[in-house]
Amino acid sequence: MNAPHSNPAIPAPAPAVIFGGIEKSFFGIKVVRGVDFEVGARRILGLVGENGAGKSTLMNLLGGNLQPDSGTFSVHGRPYSPRSPKDARAAGIAFVHQELNLFPNLSIAENLFLTDLPRVRDGVPWIRRSELRRRAVDLLSQVGLNHSPGTLVESLTAGERQLVEIAKALAAQARVIILDEPTTSLSSRECERLFTLLRQVRGRGIALIYISHTLGDILRLCDDIVVLRDGGLVGQGPVGEFTHDRLVSLMVGRQLNQLYPTRDLNAARTAPVLQVLSVGQPGIVREVSFDLAAGEVLGISGLMGAGRSELARILFGLDSHTAGEIRLEGRPLVGSPRERIRQGLAFLTEDRRSEGLCMEASIADNMSLATLGRHARQPLGWLDFAGIRDAVGRMREAVQLSAKAGDAQPVRTLSGGNQQKVVLGKWLLAEPKVLILDEPTRGIDVGARFEIYQLIHQLADRGAGVLVISSEIEELMGLCDRILVMRRGEITAGFAREQFDREQILAASLQASTS
Amino acid sequence: MSTGRFRPLLRLLDFAPGVLFVLVLSVFGLLSGKFLAVENLTQILVQSAPTAVVATGMTFVLLTAGVDLSVGALMFIGAGIAGKMALAGQPLPLCLLTMIGVGWVGGMLNAMLVTRFRLVAFIATLATLYIGRGMGRWITQTRAMNLPDSFLALGSARWLGVPLPIWIAAAIILLAQAVLSRTPFGRQLYAVGSNAEAARKAGLNTSRLIAAVYMISGICAGLGGILALSQLGSVSPKFGELYEFDAITAAVLGGTSLFGGRGKVFPGTVLGAVLLKAIFNGLVMVQADPYIYPLITSGIIFVAVLLDSLRNRLAQRLGRRLIFGIGAG
Repeated sequence: MNAPHSNPAIPAPAPAVIFGGIEKSFFGIKVVRGVDFEVGARRILGLVGENGAGKSTLMNLLGGNLQPDSGTFSVHGRPYSPRSPKDARAAGIAFVHQELNLFPNLSIAENLFLTDLPRVRDGVPWIRRSELRRRAVDLLSQVGLNHSPGTLVESLTAGERQLVEIAKALAAQARVIILDEPTTSLSSRECERLFTLLRQVRGRGIALIYISHTLGDILRLCDDIVVLRDGGLVGQGPVGEFTHDRLVSLMVGRQLNQLYPTRDLNAARTAPVLQVLSVGQPGIVREVSFDLAAGEVLGISGLMGAGRSELARILFGLDSHTAGEIRLEGRPLVGSPRERIRQGLAFLTEDRRSEGLCMEASIADNMSLATLGRHARQPLGWLDFAGIRDAVGRMREAVQLSAKAGDAQPVRTLSGGNQQKVVLGKWLLAEPKVLILDEPTRGIDVGARFEIYQLIHQLADRGAGVLVISSEIEELMGLCDRILVMRRGEITAGFAREQFDREQILAASLQASTS
Repeated sequence: MSTGRFRPLLRLLDFAPGVLFVLVLSVFGLLSGKFLAVENLTQILVQSAPTAVVATGMTFVLLTAGVDLSVGALMFIGAGIAGKMALAGQPLPLCLLTMIGVGWVGGMLNAMLVTRFRLVAFIATLATLYIGRGMGRWITQTRAMNLPDSFLALGSARWLGVPLPIWIAAAIILLAQAVLSRTPFGRQLYAVGSNAEAARKAGLNTSRLIAAVYMISGICAGLGGILALSQLGSVSPKFGELYEFDAITAAVLGGTSLFGGRGKVFPGTVLGAVLLKAIFNGLVMVQADPYIYPLITSGIIFVAVLLDSLRNRLAQRLGRRLIFGIGAG
């Protein structure tokens, strides 16, 4: 039942990596809880799990970017406790990151040997170009990349850069290579090439850890699979023991400990307030169409990198789109974000610290920012501070901002929940017709979450359309009237409230295989 | 394939400094018969030598996405001390070495402020600029100092018919370009400038690399100071003033990016430095109204910076992460 490509004639060598009871917490929240498993040498291990299941943290621990609270690693039979990425490299562990770490302004060869450029003689700081070229040509032929080693990386496609990353791992004599979602920006032909290469690499005794949401690829490529959920290990074994459906059912089922406000679903929905008609942008989103009714809370589910935030940015006018049309109350919605705010759009971004707030400015300044124009007294446009104070005071109460915080306090000093309430208050003051929220409860405690959910419902009850993007399926199910699922820039499914089903929603956001 | 069509445009923009250079030279050549004469071109090269050398050091700093505003002030202190030494009868070589040493020490101070105390390069070197100008004025007592003739002799000496300053500048420039393109240190600088965080993760000692560029810039300021003194023969209270901006301008005109990671000393920065002096020289030749000099210079700088920003935007667009592949297949 083993994968057909492993060779049964050779006895299995010692495991390349052993994870022994690895645990890690951030701010008292356990992100990785006692994970035990092995990665065989000459094996490809597929690591799967929902967003936030702890895959990245686990790999950052192995790669030396983070240190575990408890537990031990062993690499090729030796205890291994990396303090830095340098230690990981010394132990033969290479990390091919999702956002590639190549230098586009340097040549392929220079990228491959940046820290170890061959010199004419030891101690003489002069690059021996012939040697550099020879080594690079050798590696490039191993990964099947037909480019001169002197080619600048900036002129390579995403797939070619991926191959350079793998060549870099080979150049560093890596014995364990971690790949994090390597196929997201590749064409199907490039994927095939990558998989062939990965199998060859495995044949040379290198262990591979392959992280992906594309379950079809995992099932096709990997020898063993490990499934994580909520930071714990929920399934492991050779690939033959898994099917697509089994993987999905292992992945879902996060513990439910969040309460959601109840919502009157019988409220009559009127005409759509926001219409998205076949919106597309090459490489980002394609053929996205949906209606958002006044008074509706619509969720967008999907995995990281599915194009949800990018869609929100397009709707808000931060990025352009080449195809389709967006309409607000039947009229085409065009122009800058400023123009769209004026027409009744509001957008709470996923990064409140750098995009949602001016961290050093006060609560009052932040809250009044989007509506300052209304408090400008004509003809000179001088601000009516009493009016602003009134508005901020009202909104503070509405969003239940902690009473201890003074209006003049910088938002930097507030908790995450209170900061988010300030952002929300800013947009509520603008009385938007459509509010887009991207990960509104990220990093926010349970109590403040509930209050934010209530505010979202209140806004919808007053007749606004609300679009919520969240990586937590449970949150969308608790909060929304309807859920759309995005995958690779497209909307792949829609669920009305009575059809909500975690497994089906997750299945719609996962891709069968790269095609 | 929507991003593919930007690639040729990006390549074209790489040639922009050369095109600008040829364009300006041809225009002045057409307007004035004497402009392209050998004597005048030699004159332009001699005049641009100090700027070119200071801009060489500046290029190293700009490559790491930093900036060094202190170069002019370091030239001033060095010249002040060397001038006093020369007037006190110290031998010329010692005076010259002192100027280089002062630049190096100033560069070390900048390096420390930027890498150890993590100050923003702009602010750190602005502080050094004020310290330097203050110290220079204190040393010179804000009085112009006429130096012994040995300094001027340095500037007018010729070897194989070519003025010595051109030889000195050429040697420094070629050495600098060799360091940038042929040594591990040089290549790693480009990596740091492109993405400091990724460079650190790749195992490069980014602090040491960044510290080195400020020292190089300081040393180049000292060398540039020597070349400037050899033409002026005196240290005025304004010596070295605005050299930092000439150097930055020369580098940017030569295609060095203020965003880091892109640029060359040769031909780039050298072209920029020569271009800057050629414009000035050409305007004198065609007897242009002196009041429009700054306007024309700034117009050309504006075009260069605009092209840099355009190139950067294009490069960013090319590097953007896509959600699904849009290539063939």
